[in-house]
Amino acid sequence: MIGLSDYLVVAACLFSLGVVGLFLNRKNVITILMCVELILLAVNINFVAFSHYMQDLGGQIFVFFVLTIAASEVAVGLAILVAYYRTRRSIEVEDMNSLQG
Amino acid sequence: MIEAFFFYVFAAMTVLAGAGVVLARNTMYSVMWLIFCFFNAAALFFMLDAEFLGIILILVYVGAVMVLFMFVVMMLEVNKARLREGFLQYLPTGGMIALMLLIELIGASSSGVFDNEKVAAVGHLGAEVNNTVEIGKVLYTQYLLSFEIAAVILLIALVGAIVLTLRSRDDVKYQNISKQVNVRKEDRMKTVKVKS
Repeated sequence: MIGLSDYLVVAACLFSLGVVGLFLNRKNVITILMCVELILLAVNINFVAFSHYMQDLGGQIFVFFVLTIAASEVAVGLAILVAYYRTRRSIEVEDMNSLQG
Repeated sequence: MIEAFFFYVFAAMTVLAGAGVVLARNTMYSVMWLIFCFFNAAALFFMLDAEFLGIILILVYVGAVMVLFMFVVMMLEVNKARLREGFLQYLPTGGMIALMLLIELIGASSSGVFDNEKVAAVGHLGAEVNNTVEIGKVLYTQYLLSFEIAAVILLIALVGAIVLTLRSRDDVKYQNISKQVNVRKEDRMKTVKVKS
């Protein structure tokens, strides 16, 4: 019998993978955005699992909103990336230091 | 029994694809792994009786967001060789933090708090329950204001993305219709008295 904790463990694994990806891929901003997507997916799995096992539809509504916000975040983030690439010809994290004092 | 089997298959695939996103050498492969990850997570959603969200995850995420990622990866020329530099430099710190996080989260979720008899007794909903109808009933009544705020946020993101990537190019010659229509005779024509 698959219980709530099994789904929580899967989500925990995904979340940790997203966090480790944020640390490892210090070169490419697109990969960092994808790791944020992975983290949000882990949160969504948690929400849906709790929603099912608590018999409360509010969790699924929240997944809906998380998806909305994640989609707009990706749209704006990638637009910033494209605009940045046009001026600098590079999207590597190490090159983004023009705001350093 | 068969449910447990499918759960383990989809869960293993999800975690494997997540590892693929992090470890893939090519950014394009990362996008592919993430698409695979979303498909398997959608299958997990189906197993949790969240059919609408599973379909939305495939349609919106795989169909729109990941395609956007793909466009950007193809559009930007990323130097593959330089990307792997410093990969191991951050592995000790990042790996340690993630490992601690993983241990804490797994410890919390398998501590038995979430396995009481009320949760364990929950079965699957019957075929007569329509998940989309149920979500609609709650979403358009109790969460109506949040729903409209989410719509406004999406609109703002849409406008923001267009504004950020739009550039006015000065090097192309295009017609300005209103300027052409509004031109007066005095703007273009000059009477010159020529000495005879």
